[in-house]
Amino acid sequence: MIAVGRPSTSKTAKEAIRTVFYHGFVWVFGFFMLYPILWVIASSFKPADQIFTNVTSLLPRTWTLDNYVQGWAGFGGIPFTTFFKNSLIYAGFGTLLTVTASALTAYGFARLRFVGQKLWFTLMIMTLMLPIQVQVIPEYIMFAKLGWLNTFWPLLLPRVGGQAFFIFMIMQFIRGIPRELDDAASIDGCNEFGIFWRVILPLVTPALVTAAIFSFYFTWNDFLHPLIYLNDPHLYTVSVALRTFADPSTVTNWGAIFAMSTLALIPVFVVFIFFQRYLIEGISTSGLKG
Amino acid sequence: MSSVAPERVSRSVALPASARPEAVSSARRRAWRRNLTGYLFIAPWLFGFLAFTAIPMLGSAFLAFTDYNVLSQNLKWVGLDNFQRMLFNDPRYWRSVQATFSFALVAVPLRLCFALALAMLFNNSRKLVYGYRAAYYAPSIVGASVAVAVVWRELFGKNSPVNAFLAQFGIPTYAWLGDPATALWTVILLAMWEFGSPMLIFLAGLRQIPGQLYEAAAIDGAGPWKRFIRITIPMLTPLIFFNLILQMIFGFTVFTSAFIISGGTGAPLDSLLLYSLYLYQKGFKDFQMGYAAAMAWALLFVIGAFTALIFRSSASWVHYESGSEDDR
Repeated sequence: MIAVGRPSTSKTAKEAIRTVFYHGFVWVFGFFMLYPILWVIASSFKPADQIFTNVTSLLPRTWTLDNYVQGWAGFGGIPFTTFFKNSLIYAGFGTLLTVTASALTAYGFARLRFVGQKLWFTLMIMTLMLPIQVQVIPEYIMFAKLGWLNTFWPLLLPRVGGQAFFIFMIMQFIRGIPRELDDAASIDGCNEFGIFWRVILPLVTPALVTAAIFSFYFTWNDFLHPLIYLNDPHLYTVSVALRTFADPSTVTNWGAIFAMSTLALIPVFVVFIFFQRYLIEGISTSGLKG
Repeated sequence: MSSVAPERVSRSVALPASARPEAVSSARRRAWRRNLTGYLFIAPWLFGFLAFTAIPMLGSAFLAFTDYNVLSQNLKWVGLDNFQRMLFNDPRYWRSVQATFSFALVAVPLRLCFALALAMLFNNSRKLVYGYRAAYYAPSIVGASVAVAVVWRELFGKNSPVNAFLAQFGIPTYAWLGDPATALWTVILLAMWEFGSPMLIFLAGLRQIPGQLYEAAAIDGAGPWKRFIRITIPMLTPLIFFNLILQMIFGFTVFTSAFIISGGTGAPLDSLLLYSLYLYQKGFKDFQMGYAAAMAWALLFVIGAFTALIFRSSASWVHYESGSEDDR
């Protein structure tokens, strides 16, 4: 395009103003959005006497690591090392189980034909709408009868079934893969598992990563299940430990709580920062268009 | 059809029996094999579904009609007593219903509007927009955690950043969490703050709206607001529908934030006694598992009714593009 004097300059000027306004708005609003997170991080580095006197400030006047040292010592003689280890076990194995089972099931529903498939698929979709409150009580009684309270079994075993939301998402991905690829592999002598393993899985990696990220942070943040099943403080996950640690009736050391809260957020953020490209692409391309 | 598996050829050559029964049994065997393969693949899910969904649901349906204490192992059939008590003799139950409806009816629409507004804001190819999306999504990945709920409680406490900020405008210090009228709003605000997943879904939908539609409308003289109402909203209705159902279920089942902010009690004056929290108290504090199971089924019934209502109404407001299947 050739610039045609005045109108176009005023147009670019207008566009420039809009751009400035846009970025200004996003930054200011974004600051308020992120303020709670920044505030807890800042507070965790403030000495105890500054946390509530210098309350809005995001820059500690003096920096200290005392809160981390005191917080990490935990409570009842159990350091946060234990809680983080428990959370990593739960979130790590939980995610592995969920994603593996979801991928297998998604392949079964998306590519294979068998008796009763429609019925099971419908039931699976219906579980999407099921509040966990309906299952949690009989599940608790069942695990209590099995003598599995205060073990990780009640947390991990239900993960063997995958999760309807992930199954559906991975299915949408698999449906986008041309069937000719399956046929070619089949002619080359692959059985169904071979097709799943060699052809489908590598192609649905974005969906698997998306499912893994979601699963990881659902599990890391999960509070209800550990709260119900784990009563021995040695088995507490970070979320249950934080709740006990931050019990409003007993607490005095806020700096330590903010320090541990900050640390509790780190694993999720690390996963998010490393994989967010997959996450946003995974959702955008999963064909969630109703 | 024409491609014949090699093993089958060799077998029919090897067995010189009359052709027909062999073909039938081989077809049967293949069907059997196919079914077996299918079931092997869905086996993990099927096990999980039966053991941790179907059977527990039947269990809780049964428990709802009993008085069961998990500690003393006492089980007594009480018929409809639990439901009767819930509906007529438990004022706390109704306060929890009221709190939950106030929460869901405010938080869900606000959260969806917020998600859509920000999806619109980020649906462009400006510089840095990719980073902006990630930054605005960040609260959502931690929003449901105990850590954030603990922080939230302190943000709105007496000696808190929110009060300090408002004091600069001459607004006096206020105990937001001590007043039943404002306590629920802090939880609503926390729910709004985690708008990320509906935002990403809207964003995906916005990208799929063909640009020509907007160009044509602009030529016809439609302003931005008119284009939004006439094009964006109708084209997004399938996703609004999808998000509405998911968020409604979320709204009725929120637990962690209300638990942490109220210290597990639902205080002040039961204003934070959301349904899931009361269910937890009944089931796992008072160990009245029969009553809690009855509450769970009442919740399921309400969610089912709302889902049905949204589905029924969808015919009149959800627009599906005909022929949109062929782009996949």
